[in-house]
Amino acid sequence: MNRFSSLLNSLILTPSRNSKIKLLKDYFDVLDINRAYALSILCNQLTFQFIKPSKLREVVYKKVDKNLFDFSYDYVGDLAETISLIWPKSSKYKSQSLSSLIEKIKKLKKNQISTEFSKILDQLSNNERWTLIKICTGGLRIGVSERIVKTALAEKFDKSLNEIEEIWHGLNFPYDNLFKWLKNEAKKPKIDFKNLFHPMMLAHPIDEEKDFANLNPLDFHAEYKWDGIRVQLMVSKSGISLYSRNGEDISNAFPDIIENVKGEAVIDGELLVGKNFKPSKFNDLQQRLNRKKPTADLIKKFPAFIRAYDILFYNGDDLRKLNLVRRKVYLKKFYSSFKNNKIDLSQIIKFSNWKELEKYKNNNLNHLNEGLMIKLKSSEYIPGRKKGFWYKWKKNPKYVDAILMYAQRGHGKRSSFYSDYTFGIWQNKELVPIGKAYSGYTDKDLLIIDKFIRNNTINKFGPVREVKREIILEIAFDDIFKSTRHKSGVAMRFPRIHRIRWDKSIKEVITLEEFKKEFKV
Amino acid sequence: MDFINHQLFIKDINVHIDPILPKKIAIITHAHADHARYGHDEVIATKQTIDIMKIRYGENCAKKYTILRYGQKHQIKGYQFTLYPAGHILGSAQVLIEHNNHRLVVTGDYKVGKDETCKNFKFIKCDTLITEATFGLPIYQHPEPKEEIKKLLNSVKKNKNKCHIVGAYALGKAQRVMNLLRQNDYNDTIYVHGSLEKICKYYKSQKINIGPFEKVSSKDKNFYLGKIIIAPPSALKDRWSRRFNNPIICMASGWMTIKQRAKQRGVELPLVISDHSDWNELLETIKKSRARNVLVTHGQEDALVYFCKKNNLSSKPLSIQGRNDEENE
Repeated sequence: MNRFSSLLNSLILTPSRNSKIKLLKDYFDVLDINRAYALSILCNQLTFQFIKPSKLREVVYKKVDKNLFDFSYDYVGDLAETISLIWPKSSKYKSQSLSSLIEKIKKLKKNQISTEFSKILDQLSNNERWTLIKICTGGLRIGVSERIVKTALAEKFDKSLNEIEEIWHGLNFPYDNLFKWLKNEAKKPKIDFKNLFHPMMLAHPIDEEKDFANLNPLDFHAEYKWDGIRVQLMVSKSGISLYSRNGEDISNAFPDIIENVKGEAVIDGELLVGKNFKPSKFNDLQQRLNRKKPTADLIKKFPAFIRAYDILFYNGDDLRKLNLVRRKVYLKKFYSSFKNNKIDLSQIIKFSNWKELEKYKNNNLNHLNEGLMIKLKSSEYIPGRKKGFWYKWKKNPKYVDAILMYAQRGHGKRSSFYSDYTFGIWQNKELVPIGKAYSGYTDKDLLIIDKFIRNNTINKFGPVREVKREIILEIAFDDIFKSTRHKSGVAMRFPRIHRIRWDKSIKEVITLEEFKKEFKV
Repeated sequence: MDFINHQLFIKDINVHIDPILPKKIAIITHAHADHARYGHDEVIATKQTIDIMKIRYGENCAKKYTILRYGQKHQIKGYQFTLYPAGHILGSAQVLIEHNNHRLVVTGDYKVGKDETCKNFKFIKCDTLITEATFGLPIYQHPEPKEEIKKLLNSVKKNKNKCHIVGAYALGKAQRVMNLLRQNDYNDTIYVHGSLEKICKYYKSQKINIGPFEKVSSKDKNFYLGKIIIAPPSALKDRWSRRFNNPIICMASGWMTIKQRAKQRGVELPLVISDHSDWNELLETIKKSRARNVLVTHGQEDALVYFCKKNNLSSKPLSIQGRNDEENE
């Protein structure tokens, strides 16, 4: 347990991705029984439904004065951390392995928790207590994604990340087949692929200067990129499921789709809402995504459908090694095999040169396409983001000039700079914030703005600095929506700093009213 | 106890303890900036506190200085003052005030734990205790500082191609970290931020074992690989720290108890080394003072006041302006 809790402690405090990977690799140096427990915890696959925060409070109130605990919890703001710190020192420390501890807890009966869990906490160090409570309540929040863990395993055992990704969703605790294969003691685990979530193939943003010069337009076709969410639909006789991009099962939220498709296939597509295959704004989809179980009214108001991009399996056959053009043929076959109003096909755009394609990119299909996907016709379906196959080419952004109002220090490599900016425009002679951005600028601009902020702070609110109204930022953004959550009544999609407008004065910045009018909010 | 008000002011004789603004007579518990200010007519303090004030604010930062040794009695009209070690930093003192058969102690900042860089805390019996409560929550149970410093030494050993920058308050904590390193047989030169140099020299002159140190001056980014650098916490966030290649950011502070706080501040190696009492030391001090009346100043007052009341002591918080900031020394 000590070794694993030290790992988590280091992971939470280590900002850099590479250092995190190194820590994980070091941990997987020792492949004893604990490895499986560690892996399932790190990838959020181990949960104890019956140990609820309220139960934990009960346990702690028996050891510590309730008021003193509540004062402390208010101050710390994290249950696991408060309990681990406030727990009275005890002389019962016992070194025990992660695996035996987890097994002990799995076997606890509901009515034993109050007494037994307390005994267990007595036997642990401060850091181990923190770890155990985090495991029990789920959601470690230590800044480690499943992908980082897989990357560490791949690097450690000299396998390709793709291979791990591919079998990942077919693996189960205690992952014996995985570890044997990693150690080259067995072949790659055989997985029943048909009924599994398959990690998706992702695209790289295109570099207009470099890529277009090197790529032959005739090798590619394009499709519109839609502003919904990427999904995988699995249709088979044994059941139908819908997965989000990271493999989360969202079937229950979309019964209108699940109940209306048939056949046997695995489809990759975009989940959208709208009537007669006419997509409406992302905000509408959001209404559906927020609900675990939608009401009939909501379904009627925002019916969902899938715009199919690709097919991975058809009638039991794995199509992923076929090229895209052939897969599209199968996709069409699947589509034509039954009449439905839930799936349509993503349109294929043919073109002979990049200039011609650009017209499609900026084509305004009711605002709703985000740009284009450019796909190599000969590409197999490869999980992850491999270079050279699929590209995304986003629409030209929209722009607005706004005044820098507040700044905050950034994270990671920008940690010592003021790099997170809140900007605003005029409303009744006062400034109202319209957004926040922390990217887009050049390193040189960042230095200039950072210096300005240090020398022109007029107010401090904790980590936030209010600055003299002087700097005009040209903000690029993808789209804009109505919002009831923000004072300005608008919310931007992906705002970023395009450049500093030295040539403009703050008086020339537009008003909120003009802004809303210009972008038809 | 009615003779002293919530600002630690004794109106009767016009004496303040640790006043924020310039006053006629100021008794200064220790030289940290939130307690020792510039511009009083008369400062009453230990010699070391006065020395450090002069180093920080200049020779003329007060018009008159009255030096008190620990235990030496000082009478002002019907009030008798005695300073006792507070164990916080070099020169730090508690103030015992005796008046009309009432004994009142103002602890100032203090810690009960051992520290080679200053005289250690002395428990004093009194009727009224005015205690600080920087770490006045039961979540604060400071570990052994010697064990904490080993974390730093292990990391230095393990990461020879990196440099360790330790954030520590310029006065007191920085020198304590240096001393703890020496206690653990670390003999290399320790590199310090420019703002620490004078204070380190003063500690050395007072025969405090902080070992060899040098001001950070090399322009070579790689010069500091494998070395330990000590800087005030503010410099960690600043561009100053960009001069080092491959730094591991460390911080020596009681605040490092809470992982999320350490993470928020970008600290990779938190060292829980505090110059303030933890919860149990606060309780011990209250108990041993046998005071019936406990007033709680800056920090987390609520929990401590609650605890005192629960134990049938009369207690209330005293809020002293200007001392509520977590970032203070």
